[in-house]
Amino acid sequence: MFGQANVLAQGQAEFPPSVGDFYLPSILPWGAENSYWFTKITAMVWIAVGILIIFFLVSYRKPQLVPTKRQWYAESIYGFVRNNIAVDMIGHTGVRFAPYFTTLFCFILLTNFFAILPFFQISPNSHIAFPAFLAVISYVLFNYIGIRHHGFAKYVKNSLIPPAPWYILPLLIPIEFFSTFLVRPFSLAVRLFANMFAGHMLLLVFTLGGFAMLSANVWLAPVSVLSWVMTIALTFLEFLVIVLQAYVFTVLTASYVQGALADEH
Amino acid sequence: MYFLAAEGGGSEHNPIIPAWQEIVVGGIAFILLCVVLMKFVFPRMEQTFQARVDAIEGGIKRAEAAQAEANQLLEQYRAQLAEARTDAAKIRDDARADAEGIRQDILAKAREESDRIIAAGKEQLAAERATIVRELRTEVGTIAVDLASKIVGESLADEARRKGTVDRFLSGLESTGAR
Repeated sequence: MFGQANVLAQGQAEFPPSVGDFYLPSILPWGAENSYWFTKITAMVWIAVGILIIFFLVSYRKPQLVPTKRQWYAESIYGFVRNNIAVDMIGHTGVRFAPYFTTLFCFILLTNFFAILPFFQISPNSHIAFPAFLAVISYVLFNYIGIRHHGFAKYVKNSLIPPAPWYILPLLIPIEFFSTFLVRPFSLAVRLFANMFAGHMLLLVFTLGGFAMLSANVWLAPVSVLSWVMTIALTFLEFLVIVLQAYVFTVLTASYVQGALADEH
Repeated sequence: MYFLAAEGGGSEHNPIIPAWQEIVVGGIAFILLCVVLMKFVFPRMEQTFQARVDAIEGGIKRAEAAQAEANQLLEQYRAQLAEARTDAAKIRDDARADAEGIRQDILAKAREESDRIIAAGKEQLAAERATIVRELRTEVGTIAVDLASKIVGESLADEARRKGTVDRFLSGLESTGAR
């Protein structure tokens, strides 16, 4: 976890930053280059899961009709996803999906938030493995829901055949198939991954760029300072992206589920 | 794609290809999170929401029931009050009627009594008067005879004559008094 800090302190960081900066040395075994089992990234995932489990279990250990402050926070998070995403997108049947959506939202939000949290400063979601896994779950979820609700044939028909004149269907059906069954999981995964990847890259560029200019020429120090100020500004932007992407991922999953449940196209 | 990334990034890592180890770790971690939160936390939140709804709706229902009961009691009390009022009015009327009856009775009795007393007084007076008249008549007769004897100088004690004379005189007196 402190590998990054060491690298910065020793002035070893190369500029410009590269993809290799996203792959930190393994923690166990210490320093191994291509071992992914226990790295800063996986450790952060476990920490995020631990924080969420502990927070929710502790704040909901003894639920009361008149909530305590902590219980109220936990309920607000759930209530937000339940009412503003699940029920808004799907309707009243959406309530049964609210637990999963809330879990998804919290997980993405917290792991995203590690991107700007001091000492963490990188999001696990900048490794495509995690967004990809979440996207696969969403993909399986909406297809399963659709097939169970309509039956396989009717679901496929509903998804593929839009209400359009017959002569345009040969064009529309491949497009629908492509967009619904092929692109959706990729767009979900890549959207989240790319946002977090690019965000981290931007922060690296401005942070390391400041150091690079300073070490190249002392007279560039004011520009270095400007670069670091930009880093702070971009951190705020990054915060916006973090929240937005967590929301977008959840809303899109809900929208796919809603589409799968819809009676007509 | 791998080739492009490798060339562009200048490293052996490709950000587009997921590391399967990370998928496994992330998958296990996320599923654990799902299981715990979806089994132990969010259903209980739904229960709490439901309990809250029940509490509020139950409170309203209880309040409505209490209100209805109160209204019913109020109606009952009003009915009882009205009944009591009519009863009271009836009792008052009865009492008034009774009082009137009693008054009439007492008045009638008193009148009767007074009539009786007056009648008795009159009778007594008449009897006394008759006695007095009788006594006076005897006495007047005696006195008149005595006077006449003294004036005439002879005894008028002749029984038959005396009686006829005096009676005649007195009848004449009475008839002039009556006139």
